[in-house]
Amino acid sequence: MDAFLLQFLNGLDKGGAYALIALGLTLAFGTLGIVNFAHGALFMLGAFVAVSVNKLLTLEKVVLDPTRKTPWGEPVEIRTPYVETWLGDFGRFLVDWSVPVSIIAVIPVMLLIGVVMERGLIRHFYRRPHADQILVTFGLAIVLQEIVKHFFGANPIPQSAPAMFAGSADVGALFGLPPGTLVYPWWRLIYFLFAALVIAIVFAFLQFTTWGMVVRAGMRDRETVGLLGINIRRRFTTVFGIAAIVAGLAGAMYTPILPPDYHMGMEFLVLSFVVVVVGGMGSLPGAVLAGFLLGVLQSFSSMTEVKAILPGIDQIIIYLIAVIVLLTRPRGLLGRKGVMED
Amino acid sequence: MFGKTARQDWIFLAIFAAFVLSMPVTLAPIGAGYPDLLQKFAIYGLFAIGFNILFGLTGYLSFGHAAFLGVGSYAAVWVFKLLTVNAVPAVIFAVLVAGLFAAAIGYVSLRRAGIYFSILTLAFAQMSYNLAYSVLTPLTNGETGLQVQLLAQGPVTDYINQDVRILDQWLGVKEVGVPSPSLFGIEMSGWPGFYFAAVMLIAGMFIAQRIFRSSFGMMLRAIKSNQTRLNYTGVNPRPYLLAAFVISGMYAGLAGALLAVIDPLAGAERMQWTASGEVVLMTILGGVGTLLGPFLGAALIKYAENIFSAINEKILHATFAWLPDGLQNAVVEIAGLFVGKGWHLTLGLLFMLIVIFLPGGLMEGFERLMRLFRRRGGAHAEREG
Amino acid sequence: MAAVLRIEDVHKSFGGLRALWEVNLDVEEGRVHAIIGPNGAGKSTLLNCLIGRLTPDRGTVTFEGRPLIGRKPHEINQMGIARVFQTPEIFEELTLLENLMIPAMAKRDGAFRLNAWRRVTRRGELMEEAEHILEEVGLAEQRHRVSAALSRGDKRRLELAMCLIQHPKLLLLDEPTAGMSRADTNNTIDLLKRIGEKGITKVIIEHDMHVVFSLADTISVLARGTFIAHGKPDEIRNDPKVQEAYLGGVEA
Repeated sequence: MDAFLLQFLNGLDKGGAYALIALGLTLAFGTLGIVNFAHGALFMLGAFVAVSVNKLLTLEKVVLDPTRKTPWGEPVEIRTPYVETWLGDFGRFLVDWSVPVSIIAVIPVMLLIGVVMERGLIRHFYRRPHADQILVTFGLAIVLQEIVKHFFGANPIPQSAPAMFAGSADVGALFGLPPGTLVYPWWRLIYFLFAALVIAIVFAFLQFTTWGMVVRAGMRDRETVGLLGINIRRRFTTVFGIAAIVAGLAGAMYTPILPPDYHMGMEFLVLSFVVVVVGGMGSLPGAVLAGFLLGVLQSFSSMTEVKAILPGIDQIIIYLIAVIVLLTRPRGLLGRKGVMED
Repeated sequence: MFGKTARQDWIFLAIFAAFVLSMPVTLAPIGAGYPDLLQKFAIYGLFAIGFNILFGLTGYLSFGHAAFLGVGSYAAVWVFKLLTVNAVPAVIFAVLVAGLFAAAIGYVSLRRAGIYFSILTLAFAQMSYNLAYSVLTPLTNGETGLQVQLLAQGPVTDYINQDVRILDQWLGVKEVGVPSPSLFGIEMSGWPGFYFAAVMLIAGMFIAQRIFRSSFGMMLRAIKSNQTRLNYTGVNPRPYLLAAFVISGMYAGLAGALLAVIDPLAGAERMQWTASGEVVLMTILGGVGTLLGPFLGAALIKYAENIFSAINEKILHATFAWLPDGLQNAVVEIAGLFVGKGWHLTLGLLFMLIVIFLPGGLMEGFERLMRLFRRRGGAHAEREG
Repeated sequence: MAAVLRIEDVHKSFGGLRALWEVNLDVEEGRVHAIIGPNGAGKSTLLNCLIGRLTPDRGTVTFEGRPLIGRKPHEINQMGIARVFQTPEIFEELTLLENLMIPAMAKRDGAFRLNAWRRVTRRGELMEEAEHILEEVGLAEQRHRVSAALSRGDKRRLELAMCLIQHPKLLLLDEPTAGMSRADTNNTIDLLKRIGEKGITKVIIEHDMHVVFSLADTISVLARGTFIAHGKPDEIRNDPKVQEAYLGGVEA
């Protein structure tokens, strides 16, 4: 029972990341009709915004202390982050909370990247075949990756969660298990809640604002909305910006779970694409549902008991499910008729 | 299609064969006249030509063709281990295995079209890749890769590390150390390896040309053009598509086998989706749906990879030595982004530029140039070549 | 004369909407049978039930005594039924000659035949036939052009030629003159009359009364999902029920 529950929890945070990426992917696809293979790179960029914020916050002032010597006879260096010298305790707090704090930077930076991407490149591909869209965004993803690699190197850069959440929560206690039987890292729980929150905000935005209404209408019938005289181009840019922000947030908050490296985006992209297809191209609830579903299933399939019966299942479960879903429900779990059928 | 007569096709093939076989000499001035690189031209050229039979003619974009390349390599190495180091049985077996594998994957994937087809092929390739690293280790030797080993002395307990080579033993071939693949005694590394691959490339081009000009090829182009009409014309597109899929999978298997022939080591990284993406790029770069384009694309990418990744800071400084110091450093700094380890950045940019400005690839570029020179309105909008 | 195509008691509804009910029709061999009716009468639904795009909820459709329902489009074509669409469905990227070679090969080779070695151009008999048909529909000069470059009227002529090269027993025409100029319409009527002499059974779904009365031997009138009249053109012209359906066109 507790092992089962643990795997379920394990699946939730990964599922959260899948769901967030797939959400943006679907949003861009449903409204703009664009198949964006660079979406994984946006996830990766978000993670590196968090890395940069951390690097900025931990820029250190080096002072030599002549009174103390190292065993080699050199004066001891005292390193203090600038923010700490300037802001004292609050500065220390900022450094500790650098990952959540980076959200403040992630939103504008990702919005900017999204807008530039849409205006500069994506826009010109709305009327091109899907194969062209895939290829050009694939090229863009490689370019973004390589740029990040150039500045940050090829090795993963670990980030830490705030000290407050560093430990594990005794989740088992909530379910009446004896203490210590089911402990789970705080940050992963936080990530799940964060993902749920972002999803809720995006859905509320689409559901309750006129802006969102137009976007939803656009997902149903792009041409008609265009005919209504609504400035579609501006909205398209904004939609793409939002998709970029969501991907960026997903990436930034994921850094304490998975140390980011330059090619993390591609791995998540391939999986997220499968998620989108399983959920149903163009269906936002489908993307979220499939994201969590696949995350949890992937987690279950890595249980030793499962692997004993089906060796290697953990390696292929997501793709296997994609194949089964596509063959039995061609439009995905919640897909609508007429989306990408040719 | 009708614009090309049988005679023109033979001439094209003869020129192509002459060019391929003379590459060691003709490409020497641009620094490509050595076997390692030319082998890659031929092998990836074959891979791309085969991929184009599916993508170029039918428009079905497979994102999992590297799986067939990998399977071909594994199959070939197993033949080297179990039967003989002669390249011929290995190549034949690899092509058959890749064809069977493609038939199974194609049968399922072709139930869907468009992006769903792409995702299905991607899913199958990723599954193969992941399994090759995990459960299938007894067949693939996981991360280490499958290699030709010394002959077993005494009873065999471990086929990964002990080879038997039944056929060679039976023929009484003496082995000293670990043997390399050969063609009836000629070792298949260096120049002989290139010529072996080149002959395969020419044969592959010949077959592709026949397919392009045949009824089958025309049906495939009709599938790309209008499946509804084709259905109501009494044609069942599915078996045509499956045939194209299997044929292109066999080309990939052949390419994989050749990789194993020149270097008998098969690893799973050959099956990764980035490798599938690479063959798409080669085809697009050269020109989708053209005969010559995919080969050109493959050769260009392998050439550029070779050149760009070999350039280091020292070479850059030497190149820009004529610039004033400060400027020189700046230029080298920027140029350094694109070369050496940064070669992929150049590749990504190339990818984007081609898709944006030249969707028809190099072949379209040539055509535009020709038209510019001739200044004759061409009513024939044919893109073959 | 014997009925080639027989529709018996076909019903089809979409959700709660009854599109067709109690539809019965016999099409006799060698005849030109027109199906007319106001917009929304169910003409397209009926046609789609014939060619395997839609499955009726009830009823049977037989062609030469063999059932059509449940068969795939390419199987129906192989039985000898060809179809012209409302918007021409042709192979836009291919040349006119190639456009004709494909149906010719489908007729000769069946639904699938792997012929990957022999050059298409070596199949002389097929080439000749394609050239001949192009001549007949007046598109011979453009045989090497890409068909996307044709005018709409020419595209439809090409599509018709693609059906004719298969020598179908039954030709289904869905508004063959929709969107054509008067001159083009008259050309098409002449063409259809000429091929009529070859004895191909034709079912025409049409809006344009001029076309219907110039071509049809028999007319059936569909209104609100069922047939309200069958008869010779003159009988239909004077039938009060038909006039009411059209003039009182509430369901338009």
